[in-house]
Amino acid sequence: MREIVVEVIARVVDDLLRLRKHLVEADFEMNSKLKIENLHVQVGETPILKGVHLEISQGEIHALMGPNGSGKSTLAYALMGHPKYVVTQGSIDIDGIDVNELDPCQRARLGMFLAFQYPVTIPGVKVADFLRHAITNVRTPDRKEGEPLMPMKEFRIELRDTMKQLNMDPEFARRYLNDGFSGGEKKRMEILQLAMLKPRFALLDETDSGLDSDAVRVVSEGLAKLSGPDMGVLIITHHERLLEYNIPNYTHVMLAGKIVETGDASLAHDLHANGYAEVRKRHPEEAAQEQKQQEATV
Amino acid sequence: MSTDIADNTDVGVGAYQYGFHDSTDNYAFTSRKGLDAEMVSQISEMKGEPDWMREFRLRSLEIFDQKPMPNWGGDLSHLDFQDIYYYVKASDHQEKSWDDVPEEIRKTYDRLGIPEAEKKYLSGVKAQYESEVVYGSLDGDLAKLGVIFTDTVSALRDHPELFRKYFGTLIPPSDNKFAALNSAVWSGGSFIYIPPGVNLEFPLQAYFRINTENMGQFERTLIIVDEGASLHYVEGCTAPTYSSDSLHSAVVEIVVNKGGRCRYTTIQNWSNNVYNLVTKRAMVYQDGLMEWIDGNLGSRLTMKYPAIYLMEPGARGETLSIAFASKDQHQDAGAKMVHCAPNTTSRIISKSITKDGGRASYRGLVKVEKGAVNCKSNVICDALILDPQSQSDTYPYIEIEESDVTIEHEASVSKIAEEQLLYLMSRGLTESEASAMIVTGFVEPLIKELPMEYAVEMNRLIELQMEGSVG
Ligand SMILES: Nc1ncnc2c1ncn2[C@@H]1O[C@H](COP(=O)(O)OP(=O)(O)OP(=O)(O)O)[C@@H](O)[C@H]1O
Ligand SMILES: [Mg+2]
Repeated sequence: MREIVVEVIARVVDDLLRLRKHLVEADFEMNSKLKIENLHVQVGETPILKGVHLEISQGEIHALMGPNGSGKSTLAYALMGHPKYVVTQGSIDIDGIDVNELDPCQRARLGMFLAFQYPVTIPGVKVADFLRHAITNVRTPDRKEGEPLMPMKEFRIELRDTMKQLNMDPEFARRYLNDGFSGGEKKRMEILQLAMLKPRFALLDETDSGLDSDAVRVVSEGLAKLSGPDMGVLIITHHERLLEYNIPNYTHVMLAGKIVETGDASLAHDLHANGYAEVRKRHPEEAAQEQKQQEATV
Repeated sequence: MSTDIADNTDVGVGAYQYGFHDSTDNYAFTSRKGLDAEMVSQISEMKGEPDWMREFRLRSLEIFDQKPMPNWGGDLSHLDFQDIYYYVKASDHQEKSWDDVPEEIRKTYDRLGIPEAEKKYLSGVKAQYESEVVYGSLDGDLAKLGVIFTDTVSALRDHPELFRKYFGTLIPPSDNKFAALNSAVWSGGSFIYIPPGVNLEFPLQAYFRINTENMGQFERTLIIVDEGASLHYVEGCTAPTYSSDSLHSAVVEIVVNKGGRCRYTTIQNWSNNVYNLVTKRAMVYQDGLMEWIDGNLGSRLTMKYPAIYLMEPGARGETLSIAFASKDQHQDAGAKMVHCAPNTTSRIISKSITKDGGRASYRGLVKVEKGAVNCKSNVICDALILDPQSQSDTYPYIEIEESDVTIEHEASVSKIAEEQLLYLMSRGLTESEASAMIVTGFVEPLIKELPMEYAVEMNRLIELQMEGSVG
């Protein structure tokens, strides 16, 4: 009788332990997911995205490809909350949070980041001052306006180290944000911000365009180092280099405002080699829409 | 902005105590409202002035009466000269306590990070005699060099010859209606003389002479920088000026002799009911340099165009100004550069920011007199408009009587671009943090020119102005 009791207790304890282990692991693996469902976006009166589905989990790398004007940047802007890009249907959601309700600042604090295709210039604002502010807000999402910023010394050290890793001249920290920067320098500045802000979801819109081959390597290696199990990455690109260093788990093809195909890294490779003709053939309806849209804008 | 120190010494402590309320119960002397010869004579008598000054005042009053209101610039139709106290003298022995200062004002001071002692002074709590101490200690250090830094009333008494030689020579009462008004009723202001070859390392500041209500509305400042000497004078307060009075009309005259340098920095933050109509003029002689740095925040209407007359070859002039206009405010500001001699150069940089329906106008004149060959002038004015309700306009005038001159004019108007806001917000800045950062960046080239403590305060002021205004 006693043995039975002991055994039962032992089994219960065992179960509990296993259960606990499971829970802990689940907790550990609790992966954030950016879920985009049936997203329709328009600019002014013009519908541009016409039902995009996409799910990105932390730790995954997604490549988004597609011909010029197919809507890749539009997707990136809409995800970041650009006021001009209005969501008319569908949803954007992170772990049950309706992202579409949030302004860009709240999205950033939730862990979203967009490396812009065309970063803007902000004259008179020093890179370091801007970044210190940004980092403080993103790392302490509850910070209210006027509350203290991250300590200067700590920030400086981190900035210096990060710039070093990215092969950037520390002088850039003292310059005005993107003011007089070359195209490539601007892109590096985006990567610096990505490195400092360490988002959960990073959207990179043609960060590899306009870079010389050394810079592409620095940026590609940089991204590879930065991304990891905690970062979900969406890489919008027309080139292959970035994807060589950051092999996508998924490749999506956008055509006329829809993701028409999803494959693995080999799809990206194939598109680079052969272009979009085959894709258009496989999706005549979207291809026709694309044609119509182009005629409308000419 | 300044107060009349000498006027108040005889009434002693508490001259500032009426800073925040309209009560006039404690005034030792309040003139009746309105302006006439009797009033002007009375002012002169109260100050114990020499006859020539009383006559100067009376003559100025006549000119004032004859001159029509300007019909350009801003809307002056609501300004009633008969509804103003032209001379007020406070009573004695009325110490005001810090606790009496309205919460809202105390909070502003705190946020500006103004030290306790200055806060008390600014708010009118601190006794008048302390400002004497301020002047006194400066005198101690500088007097040995022959520098004079005092208030204008004392200067009239203590340095009559120097005073009379220059007073009213750059800006005669006949110059414009408001110069005439000031000449008739002036009180307060600074008087500075820098002897040949003396270079002041630190700026002279009128920081402590910031008044509360009713005082220094008509201050008169006279500065003489002698040959090869240099001065940086910082006037005004960066703290809000809580004046219930409706009219501020100052006159500032500056002479920069051969090889001298003078920089005059003003940051004014008037309350929104004030008409701020100021005449400022400098004359620069051979190889001298004059710089006006001018920050205009607040006021209902500001009309201010600091002028520089480049009198001899090699003279240089520069004006940097920032104007910030918000709801119900019109900043009509600019600069005037008059090239009277060959090989003279001038530069005007003007930046304006408007929001919540405010209006900013740049009004500038570059004039090249006959014979002033080989002059260079460069004008840059940038306007930043924060919302569609706000307005900015530019009135650049150029009058040239010589052909061999180089004049450049660039103007730009930008709206806070949606893209800039988005960019900063996508990095975690709130909308108002983002706009404040854009505005701060916009004025940065000017802020850089300010002494450190003013730059810091100017930035804070801009942040305060921006706070909660967007979104
Ligand atoms: N702000 C805008 N105003 C007007 N039309 C816009 C705007 N933004 C995007 N569009 C239109 O939406 C369509 C998709 O543009 P988008 O920039 O998203 O394309 P993309 O896939 O990023 O192209 P690219 O590869 O050239 O960067 C295009 O036809 C473009 O002209
Ligand atoms: Mg694009």
